[in-house]
Amino acid sequence: MEDREKLNRLRWRCTRRAMLEMDLLLGEFLDRIFPTLTPGQADAFVTLADMEDLELWPLVTGSRECSDLVQAEVLALLRDVRVK
Amino acid sequence: MSKLTIPVRKFDAVIVGAGGSGLRAAIQLSEAGLKTAVLSKVFPTRSHTVAAQGGVSASLGNSEEDHWHWHMYDTVKGSDWLGDQDAIEYMCRKAPEVVVELEHFGMPFDRTDEGKIYQRPFGGHMSNFGEKPVRRACAAADRTGHAMLHALYQRNVRANTQFFVEWMALDLIRDDSGQVLGVIALEMETGEVVAFHAKATIFATGGAGRIFYSSTNAFINTGDGLGMAARAGIPLEDMEFWQFHPTGVAGAGVLITEGVRGEGGILRNSANERFMERYAPNAKDLASRDVVSRAMVTEINEGRGCGPNKDFVLLDITHLDPATIMKRLPGIREISIQFAGIDPIKAPIPVVPTCHYQMGGVPTNYKGQVVAPDGTPVRGFYAAGEVACASVHGANRLGTNSLLDLLVFGKASGDSVIEDVQSGAIGLKELPENFADFTMARLKRLNTQTGGADVNETRLELQRTMQKHCGVFRFKDMLVDGVAKIVEIEKAVARTEIKDKSQVWNTARVEALELDNLIEVAKATMVSAEARKESRGAHVRDDAPDTAANPNGRDDVNWHKHTLWQREGNGLSYKPVIMTPLSVESIALKTRSY
Ligand SMILES: Cc1cc2nc3c(=O)[nH]c(=O)nc-3n(C[C@H](O)[C@H](O)[C@H](O)COP(=O)(O)OP(=O)(O)OC[C@H]3O[C@@H](n4cnc5c(N)ncnc54)[C@H](O)[C@@H]3O)c2cc1C
Repeated sequence: MEDREKLNRLRWRCTRRAMLEMDLLLGEFLDRIFPTLTPGQADAFVTLADMEDLELWPLVTGSRECSDLVQAEVLALLRDVRVK
Repeated sequence: MSKLTIPVRKFDAVIVGAGGSGLRAAIQLSEAGLKTAVLSKVFPTRSHTVAAQGGVSASLGNSEEDHWHWHMYDTVKGSDWLGDQDAIEYMCRKAPEVVVELEHFGMPFDRTDEGKIYQRPFGGHMSNFGEKPVRRACAAADRTGHAMLHALYQRNVRANTQFFVEWMALDLIRDDSGQVLGVIALEMETGEVVAFHAKATIFATGGAGRIFYSSTNAFINTGDGLGMAARAGIPLEDMEFWQFHPTGVAGAGVLITEGVRGEGGILRNSANERFMERYAPNAKDLASRDVVSRAMVTEINEGRGCGPNKDFVLLDITHLDPATIMKRLPGIREISIQFAGIDPIKAPIPVVPTCHYQMGGVPTNYKGQVVAPDGTPVRGFYAAGEVACASVHGANRLGTNSLLDLLVFGKASGDSVIEDVQSGAIGLKELPENFADFTMARLKRLNTQTGGADVNETRLELQRTMQKHCGVFRFKDMLVDGVAKIVEIEKAVARTEIKDKSQVWNTARVEALELDNLIEVAKATMVSAEARKESRGAHVRDDAPDTAANPNGRDDVNWHKHTLWQREGNGLSYKPVIMTPLSVESIALKTRSY
């Protein structure tokens, strides 16, 4: 798959989610932060985006801990996205 | 017309939508041995049903005495007498059966000490025909919708339902006789357009809350089923009725639960006044959803809103002990920090009434068959869930009745398909020669448009127009202007342009196609709302106030009827409300007061 196709697929999966909270957060992250990630962080983000919303939300808010170090880095960045 | 050929796949039944209603229907069909395809824009367990936390209602009577007839009464009253009483009786009688069935499918309901399904109280649930609150809501912690989808999905996997994930249905296929023969759909991964030719087509595409700027609905709720039905000449019923939730985070729309006001949260205007004391001296901030929403909008309209644009009010919990907030409302604190940039321990949360649920939809009977205005079924076409209007919610939905609707009418639509297939009423009819022309022309137009309108900008304009002209509180002149504006926006939608013309994973194209559906829903809503010159349930007009002759502004003499909006000519017609239940006496018209 080309990069454009991969990015568009990721965009769809970030902005057509079960919960509005996640559409807003992941959509904003994809536009603003994703382009600045290292390749390792980008992969970790794809893994996180593949999770279901009720799994991911407690990781984002920090009410559940994430054992994967790179994913934890990305989650910290996600937490800093303030959607306005 | 030219004969365009696209690949054709044949099924007994095709279901568009894999939320609660689509998955429930699919179980019926697959377990009966029908070859069933389920199409979804997203993986099934990512459907919006996941967002439902409150619960699903059924008069199980596990905690105290309850009866389906009481549930029926509450639903009729909640609907402000616009619900059809045959469908409401059917749903309330079936509720215990479908909820217990769901338990057998593996739904992890909360339990009582004796191991029965635990039930909790919920607004509008009463015993003995409105006498006192009753525990009727069944829940799985605060993840009822999520748990429900997982249980239904697993059951479908077992039954060999065939899923088409990340496929978007574009249009219905209908022949000259009006029979529905399937849908045309786009596979996002390949860009391929394929016909799903079937004996029966069930729409379970969910709601269209994204027509409003401020919505609690996820981005996926673009009303595709409504758009497809409208384009195929099926009228849409009661589209002026949308439920608003008083407390969505301003701008983002994310829902702040009623529980915040339950814990002592106070609504304030720009003068820091606790304005609900003026509107509801007793209940104050805990008055019902519509009362609170209207009070908030009145404050904003009269210039007492907050912020630079004076367009929101504040939900204040700063007077609560931080320990209480951390303990009782942690989720709300996180939402507020994330989506308002405000820690509610330190400062109040900006909130506005926010679109939450669509009561209207594709007209069906209580068997889940789509019906023509005269009540006869449209052959081969069925609908269930938020896209459908049975009509059980009438002018206003009762909390937890939506998840119930999914189960009852998902199952009923499946049973109707089985019956209609087995009786020979529907079969695999030959496709008309030009069946794909209309859709292919739409796609070609989009691909070749130059100098056209931007999809995002046009969508935003549509959403802002709906919010401003057709929100919680409606004004005659604003509605008249709103109709003119929406008709203008429709012209822009007809000439949207996308820069990306590629085949594979072209999300710009998909978003443009979603906008084609949003505009149909927006027109239906605005035109139906402008025409209905009364206040009823969620439709509240400034020029239809509370008087002795028309309590709450409701005008039963002229307006006790269902609206039908037709895309052709943007026209309206009306049909009577079904006041005769299946087995019990009619619940006569009465003023709705709580
Ligand atoms: C925040 C929130 C909380 C709620 N809480 C409750 C509650 O506690 N209790 C309650 O009873 N109700 C609640 N509701 C309402 C209830 O959740 C919804 O009405 C219900 O889940 C809708 O289910 P559905 O099966 O009709 O559609 P959805 O679950 O929305 O599913 C729609 C399906 O259709 C598919 N689809 C749509 N268009 C297309 C297309 N063009 N092609 C292919 N597939 C398509 C989607 O991919 C999806 O699979 C809540 C709603 C919200 C927004």
